[in-house]
Amino acid sequence: MLSSAPRLRAILLRMAQSVPVVVGVVVISFLLTRALPGDPAVYFAGVTADAESIEQTRVAMGLDRPLLQQFFSYVGDLLQGDLGQSLSSGRSVAEDLAKRLPASLELTLTALLLAIAIAVPLGVLAATRPGTWVDHLCRVVVTAGVSLPTFFTGILLIYIFYYLLGIAPSPLGRLDFIYLDPDHVTGFYLIDAALMGDWETWRGAAKQLILPASTLALFTLAPVARMTRAAMLTALSSDFIRTARAAGLSNPTILYRYAFRNALLPVVTTLGMVFSFALGANVLVEKVFAWPGIGSYAVEALVVSDYAAVQGFVLAMALLFVALNLVIDLLYTAIDPRIGFSSR
Amino acid sequence: MLTVKDLAVSFQTRRGEVDAVRGISFEASKGEILGIVGESGSGKSVTSYALMRILDAGGTIKAGEATYSGLDLRRSAERDMRDIRGREISMIFQNPRAALNPIRKVGHQIEDVLRHHARATRYDARAKAIAALEAVKIKDAEARYNAYPFELSGGMCQRIVCAIALACDPRLLIADEPTTGLDITTQKAVMDLVRDLIREREMSSILITHDLGLAAQYCDRILVMKDGVIVEQGDPVQIFSTPQHPYSRKLVDATPRAGTGVRSLLPPEDRSAEPILKISDQPLLEVRDLTKTYAGKSGPVHAVKGISFTVNQGQCVGLVGESGCGKSTTSEILVRLMDATSGEVIFDGDDIARVPARAFAKDRRRADIQMVFQDATDSLNPRHTARQTIAEPLRRLGRMRGANLTARIEELAILVGLPLSLLDRFPHQLSGGQKARVGIARAVALEPKFLILDEPTAALDVSIQAVVLNLLVDLRAKLGLSYLFVSHDLHVVRLLCDHVIVMKDGEIVEQGPAQDVMSNPQSDYTKSLLAAAPKPPQRRVITEENDLENINADAVALHA
Amino acid sequence: MTEISQHPVAKPRGNFDHILYVLRGNPVTLIAFGMFALLIFSAVFGPALVPYDPLATNATNALQPPSAAHWFGTDNVGRDVFSRVIVATRLDLSISVAAVALSFVVGSILGCIAGYWGGWLDIILNRFLDTIMAFPLFVLAMGIVAALGNTIENIIYATAIINMPFYARLVRAEVNIRRDAGFARAAKLAGNSDLRVLAFHIFPNALPPMMVQVSLNLGWAILNAAGLSFIGLGVSPPTAEWGIMVAEGANFIVSGEWWLAVFPGLWLMIAVFTFNLLGDGLRDIVDPRKRT
Repeated sequence: MLSSAPRLRAILLRMAQSVPVVVGVVVISFLLTRALPGDPAVYFAGVTADAESIEQTRVAMGLDRPLLQQFFSYVGDLLQGDLGQSLSSGRSVAEDLAKRLPASLELTLTALLLAIAIAVPLGVLAATRPGTWVDHLCRVVVTAGVSLPTFFTGILLIYIFYYLLGIAPSPLGRLDFIYLDPDHVTGFYLIDAALMGDWETWRGAAKQLILPASTLALFTLAPVARMTRAAMLTALSSDFIRTARAAGLSNPTILYRYAFRNALLPVVTTLGMVFSFALGANVLVEKVFAWPGIGSYAVEALVVSDYAAVQGFVLAMALLFVALNLVIDLLYTAIDPRIGFSSR
Repeated sequence: MLTVKDLAVSFQTRRGEVDAVRGISFEASKGEILGIVGESGSGKSVTSYALMRILDAGGTIKAGEATYSGLDLRRSAERDMRDIRGREISMIFQNPRAALNPIRKVGHQIEDVLRHHARATRYDARAKAIAALEAVKIKDAEARYNAYPFELSGGMCQRIVCAIALACDPRLLIADEPTTGLDITTQKAVMDLVRDLIREREMSSILITHDLGLAAQYCDRILVMKDGVIVEQGDPVQIFSTPQHPYSRKLVDATPRAGTGVRSLLPPEDRSAEPILKISDQPLLEVRDLTKTYAGKSGPVHAVKGISFTVNQGQCVGLVGESGCGKSTTSEILVRLMDATSGEVIFDGDDIARVPARAFAKDRRRADIQMVFQDATDSLNPRHTARQTIAEPLRRLGRMRGANLTARIEELAILVGLPLSLLDRFPHQLSGGQKARVGIARAVALEPKFLILDEPTAALDVSIQAVVLNLLVDLRAKLGLSYLFVSHDLHVVRLLCDHVIVMKDGEIVEQGPAQDVMSNPQSDYTKSLLAAAPKPPQRRVITEENDLENINADAVALHA
Repeated sequence: MTEISQHPVAKPRGNFDHILYVLRGNPVTLIAFGMFALLIFSAVFGPALVPYDPLATNATNALQPPSAAHWFGTDNVGRDVFSRVIVATRLDLSISVAAVALSFVVGSILGCIAGYWGGWLDIILNRFLDTIMAFPLFVLAMGIVAALGNTIENIIYATAIINMPFYARLVRAEVNIRRDAGFARAAKLAGNSDLRVLAFHIFPNALPPMMVQVSLNLGWAILNAAGLSFIGLGVSPPTAEWGIMVAEGANFIVSGEWWLAVFPGLWLMIAVFTFNLLGDGLRDIVDPRKRT
């Protein structure tokens, strides 16, 4: 009855759709790095460069060649993993990013897990108990959460928990200097420390992670809670729920097997947008908490006008985001049996 | 088995308390099919929801008693009610595909009910679910078990809904408008199935519907409800031949059926003189070999496959068919909102199909061909008042402004029977019948020659439909219009039309004078359509001579 | 389920009456509009009415906590924080209003064209929007401002570019739904060309849902602009702008001088909050179905 061929086709189609998007991302990235007002060579040579080193940079980067040729060599470089040289660190941008990526991922993923763990139950409860305190709490969280400037909440949290209450450690990065970094396996300190069995370090890393992850989580809580509540409300007022009630099915069954699973679909779709916001807010949180991830890397690069580093960061983030969106869409395809079929 | 006494249900709304049901009493006995008939707002659905205790959040049973086999439905604990629902009393609803969980296999949905009521264990649930599917006469039950609702047709979905409802062998089945939105042949199949299953299992059933004819055909007894009260109870033949209450008389009159004319749809006091219709044999619109092919997802779709017909001056031609037959596509092409793939549409001597749809708005003949749309809610701009809606064609094509415009709008409102005070209201502030009138006023504003009516009364209550149909006949006489009346309702078509065209799968399977096609159909398809249409009992004319004369006069006037 | 019969209605309201009706009906909307009015007032008259010159430094008076003389205290070079916060309103509001207006106009036009005529235009627009939305939006704004140059105009353009896809998508969807609606077809029968039907019949009906988006975007644009300033893009000292004030104040919060960062941040929050609340009220004003 339900053959897998149309679904497989839908999955392959979705993966194929990523290709033009990646091409578009690379083109825009290229334009941002080359087709600039003024002389690109000046940007790449740095603020302290004189006329001669600007000229050297121009030749070295091939900025004197026609635009189309530049594009192909840009793509060629990308395929080899070459994002240019960082002026401030002296290393290749790709190397710098790779080193700092795990820190950002650990922060973002922890924050998102935290946000989902709070927002989804909150949204479900608010939808099933309309008018109660849970519902009002949800609405306050949503409205306030959407208004909070991430950088400000971070600063406020530091002020309250570090300065006033003294509970949180000083916001100086991933691990206090009294601990040694755990042996590098994944780059995620929590995982690596656990793998080593070093619970002291684990606690130290977790303590540093709480405040920044909470700040980021607060920001992403709002859209997830709002969508969960709205989706549950829609699902609960659907005709098929009426059928289930008329057939006498119990409340938990109706809630979870029928309503919640259907409500999950639009929530999964929202996750893509939430990721977009999270990756952007990541930059701000990293600056506030001096977290050594790719976000703070980019901010530092901006300050010193390390141009290649900034644009390398933009491209890397975009590609990461495209991959994330692909995963989300594939997840959606797995959950919704209607994908790939034209509905009657 | 089921006893209801003085039941009253009310809702808390933003405008205060609304009494939906105001004290009704009735009984349903074992093995009986009881029909509850009423128009929208009568409280018929609310009654059934109250009995099952599945009212919406704001609804409560305010007063009265409801007992089912000794169990107090009103005061039982929720746990006991959950036990009864599905096992003793089951319910099926309208819009079957929406009534099924879209992302769960239908077989699993049946299993859920079986296992909840302890009618099956994990091990035999699948077998019992397949048995339930076979009980509702689904072929290939084992394959269908794994299907999702979106893969099944409307009729098949309704069978699945029935399977779920009957899986635990209930004693009472409540069917709330189960056939609304289904094609006539599907409707008959579903109703026949339900009736057969009920008789087979010696169950009782309550059928809730707005269609008096349908209720008369399938029910042993009928209750007529209006505004939350029961105005009459009795068996169908009795209600149809001698309705006691004025409202049931009004409903009976308004139900279109064979052997009546359009005027007799109205209550006797509202019947004006017969309209005088002038039908000539000069062709106004000629369709020659019209085809329309789309590019569909899996190959080309032939919506219309070379049809030809003629509409004469002053004629009303009916276009009948089920969904997907191509009648909507045809009417869109004729009114020039869509381009044909090939063929000619000769209007008043010129082939208007040659003018592309997007340029036709500027054509000088735009005002001559107009349309009355099916769903008045959708066809009125929510941001425009009734006045602005009617003014639009007058401004754009008639180039009228100022005092002229206002006068003409008011003239039209009077013509269609719309109170002038309603002209400044928005669509959401108007009733269904009022919106229909606005749509008609807009369509006849520029005195077109040809009007296409696309199921103009499908969404209306039957008593409002009677008024609107009479209005359409009067306008046709007064303004000398010609109509193409597109509908799926054979009785209505028979009342209004001189000539009938039957379509199926993009082709014309039969056409001819209405009387001939309806009483003596040649093609099998037409025969099956006529067989599927509900046949209310004939209303015996007893009291006044006038009635008899009126009926004969209808027949004469329509087919002169 | 039940169709509750129509209540008889008195003479329908005119536009102004309707606005008052909406404001009275929902206290939240009333508060939001009140706060909005206050913000506009600060933006327009603020610079003229503040007690101190926002740029005037006074080293001896640096880092004073809030007092009667300086309601919000002074910053590290002795400037009055209150004056700076109020004056910053004008800059932040102008940036976000300009950015949202730009993205609204461009997004609506593109969305209308794609939603109504479909075909190749639709496909190209979708690819284009997909590409923009393939970037985490704040990151793209960073990239654009870094590329075009560190000025306020470029902040406006960058914010407009990253906001545009929301409008384009929303308008496209709303136009698409209504393209074959009865009233659109009826408008064609009344002699309107496709363009007139789109502009005067279909698009106005898409406005209510867009109003919500507009107000959300206004709040979001302010957050964006402030965020970009926070990391050093767009605005440079000594300009008074909420984001840059929070950035400067962040250095002092760990030593307990909270007022430098908290007050601008609080004002930023209030402004964004106001715009978010406004959304529902605006939609109710524009939606004819809310009229009784």
